Amino acid sequence: MKGVIQLEDGQFFEGHASGEWASPVEGEVVFYTGMTGYQEVLTDPSYRGQIVVFTYPLIGNYGVSDSGSESEKPQVKGAIMWQCSDEDSHYQADQSLAAYMEEMDIPYLTNIDTREITKAIRTKGTCRASIANTPSAPAPLEAAGQVFEVSKETIEVHGDGGTHLVLIDFGWKQSILDKLLAGGAKVTTVPFRSIADIHGMKPDGIVLSNGPGDPKDVTGHLGELKALLDEYPAFGICYGHQVISLAYGADTEKLPFGHRGANHPVKDLKDGHVFITSQNHNYVVTGESLEDTPLEARLVHVNDGSVEGVVHKEKPIFSAQFHPEANPGPEDAEWMIDEFFTMVQKVGVTTYV
Amino acid sequence: MSEKVLVIGSGPIIIGQAAEFDYSGTQGCLALKEEGYEVVLVNNNPATIMTDPEIADSVYCEPLTIESIETIIQQEKPDSLLAGLGGQTALNLAVELQGAGILDKYDMKVLGTSIDSIQKGEDREQFRQVMNDTDQPVVESQVITTLDAARSFAAHIGFPVISRPAYTLGGRGGGVAYNEDDLEILMKDGLKASPISQVILEKSIAGFKEIEYEVMRDKDGICISVCNMENIDPVGVHTGDSIVTAPSQTLTDKEYQMLRTSALTIVDSLEVIGGCNVQFALDPNSRQYYVIEVNPRVSRSSALASKATGYPIAKMAAKLALGYRLDELMNPLTGYTYASFEPTLDYVVVKFPRWPFDKFKDANRTLGTKMKATGEVMAIERTLEAAFQKAIDSLDQTLPTFAAINDAWEHIEAPTDARFFAILDLLRQGTSMEKIFDATGIDPFFLHTFSRMIDWEKRLAGDTSVVTVKQAKLYGVSDTKLAEVTGIPVEEWASFRATHDITPSYKIVDTCAGEFEAETNYVYSTYAGVTEIEPLKAEKKALIIGAGPIRIGQGVEFDYSAVKAIESLQKQGYTTVMINNNPETVSTDYETADRLYFEPLKLENILDIAAFEQVDIVFTSFGGQTALNVTESIENHGYKVAGVPASVIEKLEDREAFYDLLQSIDVPHIPGEMCHSAQEARQAADSYQYPLLCRPSYVIGGQGMVVIHSKGELEAALEETEAKHYPLVMDQFITGEEIEVELVSNGEEVFIPGLMAHIEEAGVHSGDSMAVFPAEVDEGISGQIEKYAEKIATHVNYKGIMNIQFLVSGEEVFVLEVNPRSSRTVPIVSKTAAVPLIDWAVQAMIDETMTFPAAKPHIPYIAVKFPVFSSHTLAELDHKLGANMMSTGEGMYLGKTKEQALAKVFEHLPYPDDPASFDEEKDEDFDTWLTSKSATVYHNEAETEEAKRKRIEALKAGITIFSNKATYQAYKDSMEHRNKERIALVQPVKDGVKV
Repeated sequence: MKGVIQLEDGQFFEGHASGEWASPVEGEVVFYTGMTGYQEVLTDPSYRGQIVVFTYPLIGNYGVSDSGSESEKPQVKGAIMWQCSDEDSHYQADQSLAAYMEEMDIPYLTNIDTREITKAIRTKGTCRASIANTPSAPAPLEAAGQVFEVSKETIEVHGDGGTHLVLIDFGWKQSILDKLLAGGAKVTTVPFRSIADIHGMKPDGIVLSNGPGDPKDVTGHLGELKALLDEYPAFGICYGHQVISLAYGADTEKLPFGHRGANHPVKDLKDGHVFITSQNHNYVVTGESLEDTPLEARLVHVNDGSVEGVVHKEKPIFSAQFHPEANPGPEDAEWMIDEFFTMVQKVGVTTYV
Repeated sequence: MSEKVLVIGSGPIIIGQAAEFDYSGTQGCLALKEEGYEVVLVNNNPATIMTDPEIADSVYCEPLTIESIETIIQQEKPDSLLAGLGGQTALNLAVELQGAGILDKYDMKVLGTSIDSIQKGEDREQFRQVMNDTDQPVVESQVITTLDAARSFAAHIGFPVISRPAYTLGGRGGGVAYNEDDLEILMKDGLKASPISQVILEKSIAGFKEIEYEVMRDKDGICISVCNMENIDPVGVHTGDSIVTAPSQTLTDKEYQMLRTSALTIVDSLEVIGGCNVQFALDPNSRQYYVIEVNPRVSRSSALASKATGYPIAKMAAKLALGYRLDELMNPLTGYTYASFEPTLDYVVVKFPRWPFDKFKDANRTLGTKMKATGEVMAIERTLEAAFQKAIDSLDQTLPTFAAINDAWEHIEAPTDARFFAILDLLRQGTSMEKIFDATGIDPFFLHTFSRMIDWEKRLAGDTSVVTVKQAKLYGVSDTKLAEVTGIPVEEWASFRATHDITPSYKIVDTCAGEFEAETNYVYSTYAGVTEIEPLKAEKKALIIGAGPIRIGQGVEFDYSAVKAIESLQKQGYTTVMINNNPETVSTDYETADRLYFEPLKLENILDIAAFEQVDIVFTSFGGQTALNVTESIENHGYKVAGVPASVIEKLEDREAFYDLLQSIDVPHIPGEMCHSAQEARQAADSYQYPLLCRPSYVIGGQGMVVIHSKGELEAALEETEAKHYPLVMDQFITGEEIEVELVSNGEEVFIPGLMAHIEEAGVHSGDSMAVFPAEVDEGISGQIEKYAEKIATHVNYKGIMNIQFLVSGEEVFVLEVNPRSSRTVPIVSKTAAVPLIDWAVQAMIDETMTFPAAKPHIPYIAVKFPVFSSHTLAELDHKLGANMMSTGEGMYLGKTKEQALAKVFEHLPYPDDPASFDEEKDEDFDTWLTSKSATVYHNEAETEEAKRKRIEALKAGITIFSNKATYQAYKDSMEHRNKERIALVQPVKDGVKV
């Protein structure tokens, strides 16, 4: 069956539809340039509501594994691929990607010139798009507040390690929790709407999770968040990094087409080291807005010089715009998680001894 | 004064170390020059672009030994050494130079990866230590120096075990032992092959996936992975003999990242500066992996990774060696991202090896840990099926077919070069994928892909609707394939496509999957998606057709021609378009031509590109026989072919027409005739005297050419001859001296820089003979040769470059054959005579007013060209020199005299009267001698089975053999001329003389 993706500016691309849809599926369209990791991308809450274009032409080669997701279900609105495999041969695969997409009812198109869409997005900037069986213009309205959709309602406790960390939930990825547990922590996930409850938990440290959309969606919570940050060692990842920056008075803006993929070089200004990171963000902390804040840029993107991580000048707070927890993408930045554990322990010592 | 860098090249092409080092070396030298360094190059391979005097400031075609290099160091006084570009040869020399204290003595720095790090990567024990220190798993193994130790280790871990001799090329002397007997043979070979008599024995992990990463690291420890690759053949087949995809296809992100992290950790702990290759084995059923090998240098895989991604590894490696950081170098393809941005692909790449078994019917075709392929092709597409099909189309050979299922199975159980085709055949006949998986261990993902390729064949056999054909094109079904499965001729498919507007799209390779704008000229075709480029805007546009994969008879020298032709055309104001599919070469460096199409050299691909680009002129004489063979078809499609029309080429190549032509201008040829059938051959044989020289048509490098001494031999030869090789040429076999001429002609006059004389008598293939240039030839004879050459060229109004082979028998001169194209020896003549032959040829082809200098070039030295054989990997073949070419490469040395140059060829060998040297004609007890530790040189030129057996035994023991009287004599005569003269090539004449 025919399927079409149409962008805001009217450009459309035809291919095969995974089904017949009563009404168009709409969302912001973004591209992912990594060559592996489709399952992680599809289930990453940061992609909430988006239509993801995979630039690598063969998607689904190793199937889908029950244990390989970043959240319970796919978070994307739809997917665009050249080829979506209906076979799987990997020993960990539980089903093929095509079967999974059908089971999860995620609309997708195949036989689409994904390179052309990518070029359209890089030229015009991130935009809205619709997937349908016939060309259909997407509604011009910007989606907002996706973070409210992915943050859970309840507080949950995971693991029983010696270090108690709170993971503030803006739509956390499974891998962040996994890495914290692997580091020996007990982790309490707390919805961002329940920040006030955290003081009572007396955690050793706080991790602010990734999440979808505009960080200014949570502006209403910045005050109580700052109060919390002033008291506890904290580490922000992606959305969490942006929220920390906002809380201390910096500003964020939308990038023309975001950073997405598994190949972004980031430089640590502290020691000049460069490492490859996994990225997925539309918004960015502006460099100049850090000037009158207690924060400074510690990490910058090698290609465009944008802010990739900040550090608080006095307090044990730092952040990463990218994904040190990887999945998908390189593990080169995992040292940041170690560094956070070290920091938490150090603070613990000075506070209580 | 600028800093001077000594660069060591990789030497003659042998299996395991081929044209990829011409590409890397050229890129590296140019990068050094770009940074203002003065480059002194030592490389005795004359056929390369790297040894072109324009690539380095001084080029020494001199022996790659530390003695020779020390003299060059004394002469040139370089400040530093760069050894990471010249393969294992250069790396070993760097280690030796350091060990001998030469680097310290002359106060030379080592650029790039330190000798210490090189040894950590290469020395098995040190390597294992590094792996242990960094918690990287390695396969259980042991360093072995005696057979007893090998036996007890094998008893401990169990068979099968793999043997890898230390410090060897392409797995030389290695293999798999399934039992005690195998082990004994392997140990004997292996200990001999290793320069330090060390072999590593390890547990077999056959069936694991084999995955490689190409990593870059700078002096500050910034590491990136440029590309990963997955071998379709599981562990057990040498990666050079494996079909490979980039990126990996069957790894999850977690597996991909696990191995990537491991690779980066290893490269960082080795403190590599530049490029490094890391090979892994990954269990298909768990996360268990092993590090197999690390190559702390650019390699065949890095050349492949560069072409697969567009990221110029060697160039960047050279700059990192000079002290740059990855985050300060720009990625030249995007001009926006930095060299620290990891490339990402939005297409798939398939590499397919090119094996020499079409020429070597007697060779052992089984693949294992010893590399056997002479070259490779690469294909880029957006479906895996299409990438495979393109790769197959690029091989430029008759594909294996199987008479019966059992024949196919033979190639599967013990993998051979034909395994891939055997799998396709079995699938075609309905064998289940499970059965094939059980026998091969090839991941079902790939088997599914192969199966879909067969599905398309089957579907097309019954349905050739426009819709189906269009879809089939997405999956790479070529016109040739369509013709094959439908029985409708290929030309009709071309017009079918034209009628229904089924044409390929062209997309670019940009390292970033379209994320950033990139002005690249690196293009591939696909039916999956739209064309994203415009035809090049140009006043004059030339299409140059490359030579495809390196194979015996068509080596890197043809790439030299193509690259020089591109340079010349650019100088003449042409915009150049290159088509080729060999990832190892300079011609497929996207910086060489104005646009590079990485495509098969089938007519379909060439014509589609020619039509898209609307080229003005097509050059088919700089890509060997492969390019020349399409001349007529291209002309028939209305394109202008540079030089002479196909009808002239036909006259020169078709033996019958050629003999007519020679007779009409009174130029003598060897008595002989064309035979269109076996019957005609028998009749012809009766009218001449044995021996006869019999050659089939349409072959490269004397394939199938035999000297026939009797009726019995004739019948045997006819039996072997396939129908498509008729007509056969049956010539009287006359002995004499063979003289070659390279000439350029503008139609009215010719320029002959000099004559080249073979050391061996006629009958030895010119590719396998030693040759002297310029040759001292009796004036009367040389005058006659030049007169004949001129007569032939001007008679057909020849424009361009031509090679003519003559036979001189007493006072008589005969023409043997004409190659109306650039030939093997062009780079040698061009470099030695310092005459830009290709440039002049190109000018003669495009410019009516081009004339040549009247005077012969003054050549201040004599060059000797010598063949190099890959007997280390093809030791089971009798390397007796004859009509069928066997050498894989060639070297060249210069001397003030012929004898001095010859002496360099043999300077690594003992004196003929030394006990290390055995002459079958006077020495006794071969078997005892063979087992002596010092055995080095063996002479036996007899034609008997016994002689053959002895030569093979000697070869297997790594001994240099002489199978020809003249070669042996040259070796003996050269001894008293041994010398330490180290001579740099003179710089060429800059421009053609225009009047």
